Amino acid sequence: MENRMLKDENDRVDGVFKVTGKAKYFAEYELPGLTYGVLVTSTITKGKITTLDTKAAEKAPGVISVLSHLNKPSAPGYEQDGGSPMKIFYTDKIFYNGQPIAMVVANTFERATYAASLVKATYAKEEFNTNFDKAVADSKSKKLQGQPDYKRGVENAYKTAEVKIEEKYHLPIETHNPMELHGIIADWRPNNQLTVYAKTQGVKATQGTIANVFKIPVENIQVNSEFVGGGFGMALRTWPVEIATVMASKHIGKPVKLVITRMQMFTMVGNRPAAIQTIGLGANKDGKLTGITHRAFGETSVYENFTEGVVNMAKFMYQCDNVNTQYTVVPVDLGVPIWMRGPGEATGAFALESAIDEMAHALDMDPLEFRIKNDPERDQQRSLPFSDKNIKEAYRVGAQKIGWNERKNKPGSLIDGQLKTGYGVSIGVFNANRGRASVKGILKADGSLVLQSATSDIGPGTGTGMTLIASKLMKIPADKITFELGDSSLPPAPSQGGSATLSTVGSAVNDVCVALKSTIAELAANSNMDATANFVDVLKKNNLPSIEIMKQSQAGKEREAYSMYSFSIHFVKVKVHSLTGVVKVDKIVSVGDSGTIVSPKTARSQMVGGAVGGVGMALTEESIIDHRYGRYINNNFADYHVPVNADIPEIEVHFINKPDPYINPMGAKGMGEIALIGFSAAVANAVFNATGKRIRSLPITPDKILADS
Amino acid sequence: MINFQYLRTTTSKSALALLSKDKAAKFLAGGTNLIDLMKRGVTTPEKLIDINHVPLKQIELKGDTIIIGALASNTAVAEHALIKEKLPLLANALNAGASAQLRNVATVGGNMMQRTRCGYFYDTEMPCNKRQPGSGCGAIGGFNRMHAIFGTSEKCIAVHPSDMCVALIALDATVVLANQKGERKILFKDFHRLAGDTPQLDNNLKTDEMIIRLEIPINNLAKNSHYLKVRDRASYAFALVSVAAALEISDHKITDVRLAMGGVAHKPWRLTASENFLKGKEASTANFELAAKLAMTDAKGFGENDFKLQMAPNSIIEALTLAKSKA
Ligand SMILES: Cc1cc2nc3c(=O)[nH]c(=O)nc-3n(C[C@H](O)[C@H](O)[C@H](O)COP(=O)(O)OP(=O)(O)OC[C@H]3O[C@@H](n4cnc5c(N)ncnc54)[C@H](O)[C@@H]3O)c2cc1C
Ligand code: SF4
Repeated sequence: MENRMLKDENDRVDGVFKVTGKAKYFAEYELPGLTYGVLVTSTITKGKITTLDTKAAEKAPGVISVLSHLNKPSAPGYEQDGGSPMKIFYTDKIFYNGQPIAMVVANTFERATYAASLVKATYAKEEFNTNFDKAVADSKSKKLQGQPDYKRGVENAYKTAEVKIEEKYHLPIETHNPMELHGIIADWRPNNQLTVYAKTQGVKATQGTIANVFKIPVENIQVNSEFVGGGFGMALRTWPVEIATVMASKHIGKPVKLVITRMQMFTMVGNRPAAIQTIGLGANKDGKLTGITHRAFGETSVYENFTEGVVNMAKFMYQCDNVNTQYTVVPVDLGVPIWMRGPGEATGAFALESAIDEMAHALDMDPLEFRIKNDPERDQQRSLPFSDKNIKEAYRVGAQKIGWNERKNKPGSLIDGQLKTGYGVSIGVFNANRGRASVKGILKADGSLVLQSATSDIGPGTGTGMTLIASKLMKIPADKITFELGDSSLPPAPSQGGSATLSTVGSAVNDVCVALKSTIAELAANSNMDATANFVDVLKKNNLPSIEIMKQSQAGKEREAYSMYSFSIHFVKVKVHSLTGVVKVDKIVSVGDSGTIVSPKTARSQMVGGAVGGVGMALTEESIIDHRYGRYINNNFADYHVPVNADIPEIEVHFINKPDPYINPMGAKGMGEIALIGFSAAVANAVFNATGKRIRSLPITPDKILADS
Repeated sequence: MINFQYLRTTTSKSALALLSKDKAAKFLAGGTNLIDLMKRGVTTPEKLIDINHVPLKQIELKGDTIIIGALASNTAVAEHALIKEKLPLLANALNAGASAQLRNVATVGGNMMQRTRCGYFYDTEMPCNKRQPGSGCGAIGGFNRMHAIFGTSEKCIAVHPSDMCVALIALDATVVLANQKGERKILFKDFHRLAGDTPQLDNNLKTDEMIIRLEIPINNLAKNSHYLKVRDRASYAFALVSVAAALEISDHKITDVRLAMGGVAHKPWRLTASENFLKGKEASTANFELAAKLAMTDAKGFGENDFKLQMAPNSIIEALTLAKSKA
């Protein structure tokens, strides 16, 4: 990427590309001879395909091939037994409604779409259940999977506490609906050489998965994914429909493009799983927590298991000697879930942070004061000090900015005509990860620096963050630095997920820059130049057009000595209409406590995006299934409500911006997840403060506000 | 998607002539509903007659009547000075619908003809008496949160989703229709139908007819009118319920009143009994509450939409209060 026209050091390096349409997303690559795949999906929920009639489709104009379990296009990894992923086109079994059962490939998208409508299947149907509530109710006797139970101190200590609450919280399925639809372009060439243009959070992961299924060396596979139109977790795995596209290209010897439809987004690329959680809290009359119990059931599929960190937060977020948690996954006949921003922690935080608010109310305490009172000095779960934690300061900043002193502890106190005002607070926390990554730096005599790593940018502005780290260390202006990513041939880096990229790849950038500087210093000394000489002069004096250094970087023993987390505090002010039940978020203040802020603009955008996603989670998003048929009812953008501009008020973002002394050389921690985690509880708590109504089932739609009022 | 023929015409006469040759043909106006229905396989016309170039976009005052052509865009109507001044209820209802992009291409005729948003109607794998008579109603006993509480039938409980039409029924509009033989007029309130035994029919437009224009008498209700739309998000969502309320008040007494609702019935729902109750009475909260109660006399919920039994009267009270409070 050249000519980025940075106006200001902190601008996104790819901002102009994005707003001028020059940024190329996977679906925009026009390969010669490109063909188009369209999927045929099952119309029953469970059973077997008995017949599949593809004749009419095969004869339709422009059709090149129809792939299905009937012709099992070659995928050697699928020939072997075992392995849990759904083996697309290698099974006649139907696991859920909307499962892909065939792919029509034609020379235009329209012709493929038409031909797909001609494929007819008949089925042998079986009984099914897509209703998660029912599955949980029926699950008592079955053996279920999940994570090991956790216990510290006395189990269920809340039951005997001076003050106790025990409540149940429901989350619906939320569907990944980023603007960019999922898909892939696969170009299988002779000698088993493959190039794919993917929508992925990890080019190396995609490369590895494909190599595994097709049993070809990873070196044969080139994965390109420079721009991603929203990942949010859904692109952390290579989905069966992507494998199907590679199969198709291999089968017909031509490049094949697949872009799934908005409706298929509901059934092919995962979702935030539904959850039912019970929280028990106990406290003494002075407001000290004496027991926390968090039990959760998460939705999974029958053909693959999916688990996530729903009950993590309860184990360390509050000072409490008696904590026990349990997490179980319960299968339903739906597609397998996947992480969605903030993943399980966001699910868990809705319950825990609502319950904390309920306990504060039971104690007649200000919920902020209650949290501060139970803020731990050390991580009791791991018996370690926190590497860095400034929660109390974050509370103070946020409280002042939202106007917390206007809040009344008694719900329903602030009324103006039909509008009731309320304030809510919640906390978000996520493991501050750091993985292993390699970065190559090429420092050039023309004054520029090129950095390369096979990481991804699914939106947060990875290139910008890395550029700013290098710019600061090397004292090179940002517009002279290029960061190359999204290409599997670059030095390896992990997938972008778990808020770890800045910490992981940024550390390698740091190390490369430090190494480049010392090499320049050495060269300068050897050529009798001043130690502070400019690298351009040093390279020229040494007749070097450039120098190249590659570094691998990873965490060390510090992770055994400290507990490392990123934190956020969300403050929300709402107005609730007492006649219509409509909740309007009036103001948002999110405070991030995640170490040094390396890239202020993109960091702010992360928090803003998290808040918008949080408003959706709290007020509008829910994937609705008719359990009689196992089919989604609102699987389109008109009926699945993501928030629109009119739903979003002023969002203020503040950062503590103090370096974490231990995490990595920058002292910077991730913030992708904490931007969302806990947010929905802040809204629910604000709604309670406004109305006295505790809504424990998301989303908080007007009908729930009106119920029994 | 099935192949179809695309025809374009520039006069209503030739449009009607094309239609008469082929009953499986459909007019294409803004296409914002029709094309979606075609993509989903709900409607499979063999011919599309593009009427966007037919000169029926006029918005004008003739004597005491405002004339709006069937092909005027939703935006053109909502932004027109005449409408904003004389019929603000209509402008507000239009602006409460869809999104700016959709309103820019959606037309008056298309808006009247738009089909229900019932999810079962859109999914050809589901039962739906409206799409396929006799196949059953998926919404009864299923997901019916968005569905009707008034005038429902055992065959169908869908709602008409339009906002514009709620204002039009309140404003006593007349619809001018034409076939090859000539024009006819019907009252707006008689244009849409209840589902009854024929849920496949949304309205009384005959298969050889075209909507030509609307005629709306001017009134004294411009000052105290309000369109209230209650929805799941602040924009770009269909109404859970909506209320068009307009009052003419002199000496604290209500001399004229219009009340209609959307999101509650298979057609825009005029609250005649409530209007009659309010006429001549004081514009007080107590009377608004009584009018709202009266409106609910025959309301019936189907489970998931039971909340509308409360949201509807609440919204009537709120809309009347806001209409009254306008300076
Ligand atoms: C995502 C989404 C959200 C929406 N939200 C709202 C909302 O909140 N409120 C709301 O009110 N509406 C909403 N709409 C609906 C929108 O208002 C309608 O789609 C639009 O008004 C239809 O007008 P059109 O000109 O595009 O009609 P078309 O799609 O072109 O036509 C619709 C039907 O009308 C027929 N037709 C068109 N003109 C004539 C004529 N002159 N004579 C006879 N028949 C004719 C066509 O043959 C077709 O059957 C929404 C639509 C979408 C897609
Ligand atoms: S309510 Fe009407 S449109 Fe919806 S499923 Fe029933 S018959 Fe079809």
